[in-house]
Amino acid sequence: MRTIILLITLFWGSLAIAVEPEEMLDDPVLEARARALSTVLRCPVCQNESIDESNATLAKDLRVILRERIAAGDTDDEAVDYLVFRFGEFILMSPNRQGVNVVLWWSGPFLLLIALVIGWRAIRPKQVPAQPLTQDEQDRLDELLNS
Amino acid sequence: MLIELAHFSLILALVVAIVQVVLPAWGAQKSHIGLMSVAGPAALAQLALVGFSFGVLTWAFVVSDFSLALVYKNSHTAKPLIYKISGVWGNHEGSMLLWLLILVLFGAIAAVRGGGLPPRLLARVLSVQAAISVAFYLFILLTSNPFDRSAVPPLNGLDLNPLLQDPGLAFHPPFLYLGYVGLSMSYSFAVAALIEGRIDAAWARWVRPWTLAAWVFLTVGIALGSWWAYYELGWGGFWFWDPVENASFMPWLIAAALLHSAIVVEKRESLKSWTILLAILAFGFSLLGTFIVRSGVLTSVHAFANDPERGIFILLILAFFLGGALTLYAARAGTMQAKGAFSMVSREGGLVLNNILLAVSAFVVFVGTIWPLFAEIAIGRTLSVGPPFFDAAFTPFMIAIAVFLPVGSMLAWKRGNAQRTVKKLGPIAAFAVAVALLTYAVQSGRSALGPIGMALGVWIILGAALDFWLRSGRGAMSARIGRLMRLPRADWGKAVAHAGLGITFLGVAGITAWNQEDIRVAALNTPYDVGAYTVTLKGVERVQGPNYVSTFGTLDIAKNGRQFVTLNPEKRFYPVAAMPTTEAAIRNGIWADIYAVLGDPQANGGYTVRLYVKPLANWIWGGAILMAFGGFLSLTDRRLRVAAGQRRPT
Repeated sequence: MRTIILLITLFWGSLAIAVEPEEMLDDPVLEARARALSTVLRCPVCQNESIDESNATLAKDLRVILRERIAAGDTDDEAVDYLVFRFGEFILMSPNRQGVNVVLWWSGPFLLLIALVIGWRAIRPKQVPAQPLTQDEQDRLDELLNS
Repeated sequence: MLIELAHFSLILALVVAIVQVVLPAWGAQKSHIGLMSVAGPAALAQLALVGFSFGVLTWAFVVSDFSLALVYKNSHTAKPLIYKISGVWGNHEGSMLLWLLILVLFGAIAAVRGGGLPPRLLARVLSVQAAISVAFYLFILLTSNPFDRSAVPPLNGLDLNPLLQDPGLAFHPPFLYLGYVGLSMSYSFAVAALIEGRIDAAWARWVRPWTLAAWVFLTVGIALGSWWAYYELGWGGFWFWDPVENASFMPWLIAAALLHSAIVVEKRESLKSWTILLAILAFGFSLLGTFIVRSGVLTSVHAFANDPERGIFILLILAFFLGGALTLYAARAGTMQAKGAFSMVSREGGLVLNNILLAVSAFVVFVGTIWPLFAEIAIGRTLSVGPPFFDAAFTPFMIAIAVFLPVGSMLAWKRGNAQRTVKKLGPIAAFAVAVALLTYAVQSGRSALGPIGMALGVWIILGAALDFWLRSGRGAMSARIGRLMRLPRADWGKAVAHAGLGITFLGVAGITAWNQEDIRVAALNTPYDVGAYTVTLKGVERVQGPNYVSTFGTLDIAKNGRQFVTLNPEKRFYPVAAMPTTEAAIRNGIWADIYAVLGDPQANGGYTVRLYVKPLANWIWGGAILMAFGGFLSLTDRRLRVAAGQRRPT
């Protein structure tokens, strides 16, 4: 019986989706923390999926390691650092804000500021100084007023 | 033989397109009416030739002609007919041919319906349009020929990727392409206007329907893709900030900005050069999207085609059309004189803010999308930019747009009265804040986005309704309703589209605030509770489908002790492609979806079962469809149909 189940599991192996019941921690608070963290960690062998949604074996391993660290009393940051140290910053779905990544994070607010300034300058009513009338215009005006 | 004719027809179309680039442009320069009038028949000839090619390719898929390498790789005799047809564009070569078909179709429509345009402008528009098609003919013929034959035809094909054998995905690419390619018309109009050196209200009126149509198609295409991801990928996500999703989202944002700024050009003859720039950028982002999807340079769940050579070709096309247009823009934009001045607090001012927020948010998506590529090439850091970044960097722009939308859309043109508008909207604002507090009190999620989204959704919908109602003027109820009925379709479109945006906000907020999830090993015939529902796994059987075998589960769901619905989640295995898929079972409801997924069998005879309750999920796509419908209403406005033919005296 076990062999059959094993075969079925292998056959359907890649069908297992995301978090499996047996992986989950008994403590709901710790499990909630693990779930929250696993949505921001990328599965290293997948196409743009977090380990929370991925069905790859490696993602499963990472989910289990993450839960082991959390159960061992790591804080969220410590647990993530533990994985980043081993798999690189590639697994961070939200890139850190160090080095050139500052440009990434601040490009939106920065551009918004520039756009608002340009927009404001373009719309702002321009103070056009009143041009004095030319001699011809003055003559014509006098003529109209006096007629 | 037919296949070779189709291939030859494509080459012939390339030649016709080259003629259509050169002669009308030359004629327009020399004011030679004969040369200019070549454009129309040439555009129709292109449509006939490419249509023939595409028809033959479709026929080859329908009759499973496996001598064609493309059919062999992407089809199978046992596949249902609809997926044989959708298989034509379920692969790189065929989808590029579809792209081209839509491109020449739009060119032909412009040629037929453009009789009212000044002949010189029409000739230039069609010439630019043909230049785009020349680039894509070359791309297809040189790098992605769909008409390659095998010397020894195989007996059967390799089948289409099972994930693509789905009604939602059958129509997702054509709609997206209609949108992408529709923006090519806005681009051609912009470049023609730059060459002419003039742009006026009439120009805006000609461009607007194309942009509107493109935006409507993009909206539907994106909604279809998101809906497909929701029910097919097995856990009910609806947006992943995947590079390929972003590729369609960036042109959508820019096209939305363009729609709004073209209104200002049309009504107030202002924001001209900005509108031209948006038209160029919108198509630029469409090409960039094509590059991202077709080169596979950014890793994505959609990686259907990973071919650097094709990627470089598209990059060259992008560089040529974007670079060329921007150079022309730099040289000519200064000549576009704005006529109408306006104060900061005015409808124009509101639309400028809308444009700034939409354009900057599109830019944020752009930076986030290409950042991994940039970081790897420039500084050798391999990193990821995923949903948490976009949630943090993009969402504030949407919140700002939602906050200002009702105010901006109610301000008067030229000079608005902020105080009076705010006073009118006061009660709605108070109500929206109450909704936020209520949501905060009763939500089960922890994010602040739930309450904020709920409030903003309500704010936008009621704001749109109030704006619309105030258009009816004063007097008796019946008179006011009668006046509403006679309002231009564009006003109806505005109200419907804005309300649709609000509904999408509510949908996203609902899922954020009240999503429920239950993952467990369910034993057969053992009821358990998820929220208000009682779930029982009744059985799991093997079922044979047309080209797959299915593990077919039966879940009874009861509510308040009464049978509510029976769900049948499946796991399918496609033997030809050797690929399994998960088919979630969803009970669609107005207030909540129940979403069930069958997992693996367990040692104790039970099965892993995932059950989600997704509140207001359908509002996300319902709102998107409403937005598209609003755009469609606006498209049928009498002004665009009639006045498009006449040049306003200036």
